[in-house]
Amino acid sequence: MRVSLFITCMSDAIYPRVGEAMVRLLARYGVQLDFPKVQTCCGQPAFNSGYWEEARTTAKTILEAFDGSDFVISPSGSCVGMIHHYPKLFEHDPVLHSKAIELQKKTYEFSQFLVHVLGVTDVGAAFPHRVTYHPSCHGSRLLGIKDEPMELMRNVKGMEFVPLPFAEDCCGFGGTFAVKMADISGAMVSEKSDHVKETEAEVLVGLDMACLMNIAGNLRYRNEPVRVMHLAELLYEGVKQA
Amino acid sequence: MSGTDISASSTVKERADLALNNEFLRQAVRFTTERLRSGKMTAAEQHGNWEEWRERGRQIRLHTIAHLDYYLNLFADNARANGVHVHFADTAQEAVNISLQIAERKKAHTVVKSKSMVTEELHLNHALESIGVEAVETDLGEYIIQLAGETPSHIIIPAIHKNRYQIAELLSVEAGETLPADTAILAGFVRRKLRQKFLEADIGMTGCNFAVAETGSMVLFENEGNARMVTTVPKTQITLMGMERIVPTWADLEVMATLLPRSATGQKLTVYMSGITGPRREEDADGPEEMHIIIVDNGRSLQLGDPEFQELLNCIRCGACLNACPVYRHIGGHAYGGTYSGPIGAVLTPALNKNVAEWDDIANASSLCGACYEACPVKIPLHEMLIYLRRRKVENGHGSKLESLGMKGFAAVMAKSGRFNGMLKLGKWGQKLVVRDGGIKVKLGPLKGWNSYRIAPSLPKKSFRDGWRTLEEEIRHGLKDMDPAVKSRMEAAIKKRAEGASHSHER
Repeated sequence: MRVSLFITCMSDAIYPRVGEAMVRLLARYGVQLDFPKVQTCCGQPAFNSGYWEEARTTAKTILEAFDGSDFVISPSGSCVGMIHHYPKLFEHDPVLHSKAIELQKKTYEFSQFLVHVLGVTDVGAAFPHRVTYHPSCHGSRLLGIKDEPMELMRNVKGMEFVPLPFAEDCCGFGGTFAVKMADISGAMVSEKSDHVKETEAEVLVGLDMACLMNIAGNLRYRNEPVRVMHLAELLYEGVKQA
Repeated sequence: MSGTDISASSTVKERADLALNNEFLRQAVRFTTERLRSGKMTAAEQHGNWEEWRERGRQIRLHTIAHLDYYLNLFADNARANGVHVHFADTAQEAVNISLQIAERKKAHTVVKSKSMVTEELHLNHALESIGVEAVETDLGEYIIQLAGETPSHIIIPAIHKNRYQIAELLSVEAGETLPADTAILAGFVRRKLRQKFLEADIGMTGCNFAVAETGSMVLFENEGNARMVTTVPKTQITLMGMERIVPTWADLEVMATLLPRSATGQKLTVYMSGITGPRREEDADGPEEMHIIIVDNGRSLQLGDPEFQELLNCIRCGACLNACPVYRHIGGHAYGGTYSGPIGAVLTPALNKNVAEWDDIANASSLCGACYEACPVKIPLHEMLIYLRRRKVENGHGSKLESLGMKGFAAVMAKSGRFNGMLKLGKWGQKLVVRDGGIKVKLGPLKGWNSYRIAPSLPKKSFRDGWRTLEEEIRHGLKDMDPAVKSRMEAAIKKRAEGASHSHER
């Protein structure tokens, strides 16, 4: 059985630690991830900005990378969400369209795979810290990932979970939106950080490094000492500590 | 700063910046949208079967719009049989002309109006004033913005951007004395003032929430009772309705009556729901002697047959997407620049205006978070439509040159993993100039906007792909056998997939 890692360009370039935690955590269940190196970016920045031709160029690397995989696992609900757009993106190409549908069916966001496919809700982690959680929009709204991370966190021993006020509000990242509409995006992320601060959490956890990079960048700009982590990192660190 | 000033600026970015610097506006908008949004969520939860009703609402709207020609004819025939004069207007100008002709024929001096977004779309008040007819808004919020010389900044709460102190100031000018910023006193003043206007008015003008095809009736939802006055006191009634306001039957209306108030304000029922089926009959105690319904197209039919935008016509104008939108909550409605604001306005305004280039930039004022879609009682995929708008702009050659160049570069790099890797190496070398304590603070080029609010992360020594070989070795070494239970679950998932199932909860 071939289970492949779709690392996403952002985790590949900036947050390799997230991919490493995923690989090591899944290995504990005998799941050995492979990493097809032809993958680059899902194409979302171009797709969302209206440049579909350019999006197709990069999306093809993803279609090619995972052609022979049985499962594709990714640490980003947003990039998995982008794969759900592939059938529309390739609707005029019968060969790639059917590949796109196949890819969509076998691609899972990290917590989805853990909970729904492996049936794991308790990884046996301990994490004695005060933690809050930001549900990223694409994962929670478009893929319906809501209970999975909650279940996984509920079973972490010693962890104090504090709900984030207005958790479901967008952090203001939005890809090129953060650059094009910098001041609106800035207002949104500042409000998000205010809410994180209200929780007095030591750690902010999430399932999407793009959103977490945005919030972490703002927290750091404001000198707020909050550690920002992907759930895979938290779980793996917790497993090592347990 | 008034809303008119905001609307006068040219790009959405400039208008948004004005709003972002207006602390009164932001506080007022935040306060009310939060109240409405949480009211909606509570109402949906208490309803118990919200998702089912939402799907039912969507199906009714899809069906109606798919057969709009049939239901419009049915509606018009039935309304005419009830004694209503039914007019069809292709354009805003035609709708205005029909309204003005009626006003002139009736030698009208004063028109009292209940809340209507379509008349805002037509700028009907200005047109009436241009022929010397006084148009008086009688919805409290509309009355306030009319006094301020502004346009509505929210579909259902037109004066959402004003706080009660600003409103007290406006009304004090009208009263000729200083009124306290006490909502009951302020509303009392307006009530007395408007009562006089209702009695004087020659024409009552309304919008239309829904038009029921099976009986030719028009239905109004309101909370203040002013629409009842508008439709009973004056001798002539003119109703303007968008051509998509139709529902086939009263049973369908029940679904809308369940969805709309809950979505709009969190109310289980709107305070007044009036169904009006023709002018006053002999046995009726009140009502207009003459009744006109003007059915307005003004760009709506352009969406018919367009697979990406037809669902726009499903909108029931509840405003839930505005209240849920994290962008709207920071910039308010005037920043969108059109009659309709928020996520629905960002799509509807360009759509009604044939997607002309000047309107397309408001599609950029969204982070595509999907809160609008989640809030929508008829499930319009606005977050997807925003992407389609952006794509059409690029396809039609209206994209920015710089962005287009950037995207070409992005695609060229990402087309081959080797190039991507090379780019990362270049980045690691180049960042040495700007990285301090593992972060980048410099406000240059594309980082200017980002770093005005954040510290950008630096690239680590090794990318994931750089470290893959070592990691793979480590894993291969210590890997245990797969738990048989896990293995059989994975095999079952593959089998289920082969049978055509999808694991996604996506729509």
